[in-house]
Amino acid sequence: MAKDEFEKREFKVVGTRVARPDGLDKVTGRARYGADMSAPGMLVGYCLRSPHAHARIKSIDTSEAEAMAGVKAVITRADFTNVPASDGTRDILDNVMANDKALYDGHTVAAVAATSRSAAKAALKAIKVDYEVLPHVTDVDAAMLPGAPELHQGRQQESVPEGFSQNVLARSQYGHGDVDAGFAQADVIIERSFKTAATHQGYIEPHACLATMGNDNQGDLFCCTQGHYMVRNTCADILGMESGRLRVTASEIGGGFGGKTTVFLEPVALMLSKKSGKPVKMTMSRDEVMRASGPTASTSIDIKIGTTRDGVITAATGEFRYQSGCFYAMNGALGAMCGFAPYDLENLKSVGWEVTTNRPKAAAYRAPGAPMAAFAVESVVDEVAKEIGMDPIDFRLKNAADEGTKSAYGPTYPAIGLRATLEAAKAHPHWSAPLGKNQGRGVGCGFWFNFGGDTCVSLMLNPDGTVSLSEGNPDIGGSRASMSMMAAEELGVPYENVRTIVADTASLGQNEVTDGSRVTFAVGLATIKAARHAIEIMKARAAATWGIDAEAVEWVDGAAQPAGPNAGKFPPLTVKEIAATMSNTGGPIAGHFEANAEGAGVSFGTHICDTEVDPETGAVKILRYTVFQDAGKAVHPDYVEGQLQGGAVQGIGWALNEEYIYGEDGTLQNAGYLDYRIPVASDLPMIEPVILEIPNPGHPYGVRGVGETGIVPPLATIANAVSRAAGVRMTSLPMSPPKVLAAIKAN
Amino acid sequence: MKFETPHSVDDAVAILRADPEARVLAGGTDLLVRLRAGHISPSAVVDIKRIPGMRDISQEDGGWRIGAGVSCAEMGEHAGLKAAYPGVVEGAELIGSTQVQGRCTMAGNLCNAGPAGDSVPAMVAAQATARVAGPNGTRDVAVFDIPTAPGQTSLAEGEFITSIFLPAPPAHSSDAYLRFIPRTEMDIAVVGCAVNLTLDAAGTVTSASMSLGAVGPKVKQVDASALVGTICDDAAVEALAAAATAAATPIDDKRGTIAFRKDVSGVLAKRAARIAYIRAKGASS
Amino acid sequence: MSRIHVTTTVNGDAVDYLCEADDTLLDVLRDQLDLTGSKEGCASGDCGACTVELDGRLVCSCLVLGAEAEGRTVETIEGMANGDVLHPLQKNFIEKAALQCGVCTPGILVAAKNLLDHTPDPSEEEVRYWLAGNLCRCTGYDKIIRAVLDTAAEMRGAA
Ligand SMILES: Cc1cc2nc3c(=O)[nH]c(=O)nc-3n(C[C@H](O)[C@H](O)[C@H](O)COP(=O)(O)OP(=O)(O)OC[C@H]3O[C@@H](n4cnc5c(N)ncnc54)[C@H](O)[C@@H]3O)c2cc1C
Ligand code: FES
Ligand code: FES
Repeated sequence: MAKDEFEKREFKVVGTRVARPDGLDKVTGRARYGADMSAPGMLVGYCLRSPHAHARIKSIDTSEAEAMAGVKAVITRADFTNVPASDGTRDILDNVMANDKALYDGHTVAAVAATSRSAAKAALKAIKVDYEVLPHVTDVDAAMLPGAPELHQGRQQESVPEGFSQNVLARSQYGHGDVDAGFAQADVIIERSFKTAATHQGYIEPHACLATMGNDNQGDLFCCTQGHYMVRNTCADILGMESGRLRVTASEIGGGFGGKTTVFLEPVALMLSKKSGKPVKMTMSRDEVMRASGPTASTSIDIKIGTTRDGVITAATGEFRYQSGCFYAMNGALGAMCGFAPYDLENLKSVGWEVTTNRPKAAAYRAPGAPMAAFAVESVVDEVAKEIGMDPIDFRLKNAADEGTKSAYGPTYPAIGLRATLEAAKAHPHWSAPLGKNQGRGVGCGFWFNFGGDTCVSLMLNPDGTVSLSEGNPDIGGSRASMSMMAAEELGVPYENVRTIVADTASLGQNEVTDGSRVTFAVGLATIKAARHAIEIMKARAAATWGIDAEAVEWVDGAAQPAGPNAGKFPPLTVKEIAATMSNTGGPIAGHFEANAEGAGVSFGTHICDTEVDPETGAVKILRYTVFQDAGKAVHPDYVEGQLQGGAVQGIGWALNEEYIYGEDGTLQNAGYLDYRIPVASDLPMIEPVILEIPNPGHPYGVRGVGETGIVPPLATIANAVSRAAGVRMTSLPMSPPKVLAAIKAN
Repeated sequence: MKFETPHSVDDAVAILRADPEARVLAGGTDLLVRLRAGHISPSAVVDIKRIPGMRDISQEDGGWRIGAGVSCAEMGEHAGLKAAYPGVVEGAELIGSTQVQGRCTMAGNLCNAGPAGDSVPAMVAAQATARVAGPNGTRDVAVFDIPTAPGQTSLAEGEFITSIFLPAPPAHSSDAYLRFIPRTEMDIAVVGCAVNLTLDAAGTVTSASMSLGAVGPKVKQVDASALVGTICDDAAVEALAAAATAAATPIDDKRGTIAFRKDVSGVLAKRAARIAYIRAKGASS
Repeated sequence: MSRIHVTTTVNGDAVDYLCEADDTLLDVLRDQLDLTGSKEGCASGDCGACTVELDGRLVCSCLVLGAEAEGRTVETIEGMANGDVLHPLQKNFIEKAALQCGVCTPGILVAAKNLLDHTPDPSEEEVRYWLAGNLCRCTGYDKIIRAVLDTAAEMRGAA
């Protein structure tokens, strides 16, 4: 475990609600997102995509397209002659440009760069692909059965027992104790099966990039991504070039939520640019985003929970079957780890399954794998509580994990905030507010790990005493502001004096992707450490100026002060004063910090929701919604609240209406916002966020990541509310009106 | 593709007649979506909005004539039209978002011939007619007869709709339109239902019409005689609901199931009838 | 291919451009006039990220042809501030954290301004329905709705 970094302190800047530095650009339309950049002589690139769910590519004839006016390059998989070094990157290459088979509706099979959209589109029509259509499978349960159409051979791991199709890639098991003995002690046992549909992150900005690549094997890429270092490393591996020869600059990013943690267009654009010798811009249409980026897994889950009459869970089991599209992704395992994580269980067996189907490869979506698992587990927890006549919050409090609990996935918890969120929920007026006819209230808990990872930060002191901070993670929702705040806090200077920029891959060392809720934690930690590094240098400069030992200098309120026996002998030297003379005291001053950050600190949340169900149509209305989450320390409370509100609303969409609908032919039926129904403003009430601050021991200010946990409880919370309002247990997501009405009528 | 902006009905007819692959452009909220998605590739689009009269709402024989270029937002802002036909206007105003409202037209909704067009059931229940201009002059056609199947209309080559006419509403009459969608906005109707009622001075229904959207290949006219002679009491609206459910012939698709659509047809029939009745009772002659 | 010459007014300035018949107004704004503040989130009228005013009415610029703008007036996000003075909505969106990623923000600001121009005292429900055609995936809309309502109150106070 990481060492204890947390120190209690009074904050001056952290915890206030300052204006973000990129705000002006973003309210005036000046900010440059992925599709907003152009280059002289630029071409536009488009992909040709498979109309089939599963097909062998017998041949591709591009000759006619190549000869067309305005067409400057046509590429297929044959142009990617380099074999990537890692297995993972080979899958990514197979995903961005199909190899011998198209594995899903929308899989790219060729691409064109041309001088105009119309020329490129005409060229796409002229490419002749000879497909042999193969049987396909999109449902997780069907895909597991022996005899199911199989996507790959020889990829099944040894963990998979006999009797399954080759689509089942892996099985993993977590837990402890003896579940049979535990169920034997139970007074009440409830067992249920659940299904959840695949959903999409739904970021409003489609993937886009501008690539410039020459035959000298040097390249520049501008793109919207959650991690430009990841883009650089992956593209370099795919193109067979040294990563240092490719510079990637992150554009402003119009949402990601995990969906922009891999590459789709970028290697294709680079290859088109290399072949044409011209800059190439590519942007996905919404249809392409839906069909061919990275949605979530769809799942099939069985949960069994046993309890005593007085509310102690004696045993629990879970089978978490996740299809993650056409390649391996660790999703079922994450579900199996997270589902039961809020509880202190004596006896647990939790099994995750990874299954391939003819769908696009799943990408992360805020706490990947966890929301569906929480939906299933928390639904049964709710039913068990109801069965024994206990208040659902009391039942959860009785079984809640605490510091010292052995977690569902193995490790023992340090200080955690689950109990605090449950107690806050119980004490909140929402929990005791009266309900009307056809209304129901639900509660649900959720867990996410949070990550740290590779992080670099550089902090430069400018001659006038202002500070420039370089970080390497795209700012997806106010993180530049948070970094400036933490640097200002640590240095003791005003927030306005610190300007944070997101550096390109050639200007700062390797940084992990903006994922795992890591940025405010890990980059924040690195920022504080970089500031401390700069402070050490400034103290040394002051000491030299005064002719005393550096150890005899302390840093107070943004200034070096003589301490100990020298206290009061010299007037303090401020950052501004030290900066003004730095050229004469030893040269420029900069602090930096590089580490693989540990100690991210797990995160818990509890949500409450009131719904009203129209018994004649099955329509569900969200009446009231309150989120309780432990943020460790909220650096910028507005942006923490925003994460909680945004996560909850994405969860509302997932619970009620969002779903990937595949037709009999395996093609996606609703590849657009019209029929992939994300919540609109008029669907919602205000979302009340309640931030709890249980300091994370792994961070100097106690910060925990908050970005992901907010999407974990909603599916269960809303299902519990709807089940109570409708008087019938809902076990399949989304709870769209036809399903709710059918359940009411069947009851 | 060419872009044409005729300044008279005759010019528009001439262009459409000369080029059967040309498409009329009204608000473009269907046409441009399909154009950009590559579902259609017309040889020309003919913007009819610059033809005089296309953007006018005017009173005629006690009824209302609505030009084919009038946006649904403009209808919603027209107090007289709204008072005469609240159901027609609410159907038109349900189309799309604020942004779509600023462009979309009832004639475009009708000619797009989607089974779920929100403005169509109330027009049909109101016995509205469309004025069609073509190579042989103009003709008036019942709105019900314009769509023939999904995406298909009875308009002949060279023809287009210049206006929609809503006849003079009888005394003590009114209408209502309701649709069911999974969200509160931005969805295509899973079921749509319009009811148009006329009462006598005592409040007894003397004539009633109902039409349903999204439950068949085109808008359906459903027998609403169950309400006639009643004061829209529970038994009468239940009978109307049963008629709606029986008349609906929907399909299973991504937006709803057969069973759901049939059930909800009945639910909306009840609810729309009650609203129309209250409005008709309150409506001054 | 022969292109269409269009003369129009964008953010108060007379402009002219050549466009193909199937170029949308959004294509023209972004690719020819370099006004990239209007975003393309869907090209099908569903997301509102491309919202502009055309002759004072809100439209999705992805559902207007570039050629249709002849002789009309177009207002985009780039014309919303008065020189270096932000519109109160712009100022409040920053101050009240009504944006996260910010890609929906231009469309929402243009739409909200149009609302406040003729409805100075909207209810929460009116704001929610007015903005239903502007998708935001980051914020859950809460802070956006509050910022619009607060701005309306502020502007009424100032008037
Ligand atoms: C985001 C979004 C949401 C939508 N929501 C809804 C909804 O809730 N309910 C609903 O019903 N629809 C909805 N629609 C569809 C569309 O907005 C409506 O059908 C609208 O009424 C079409 O009118 P328009 O004037 O824009 O038609 P256009 O797109 O201009 O034309 C539609 C079709 O009709 C033809 N046409 C147009 N006018 C004439 C004419 N006068 N004579 C002959 N042919 C003509 C055109 O050639 C074209 O084939 C939505 C569309 C979008 C983009
Ligand atoms: S881009 Fe125009 S509405 Fe989405
Ligand atoms: S702030 Fe990201 S979509 Fe609205």
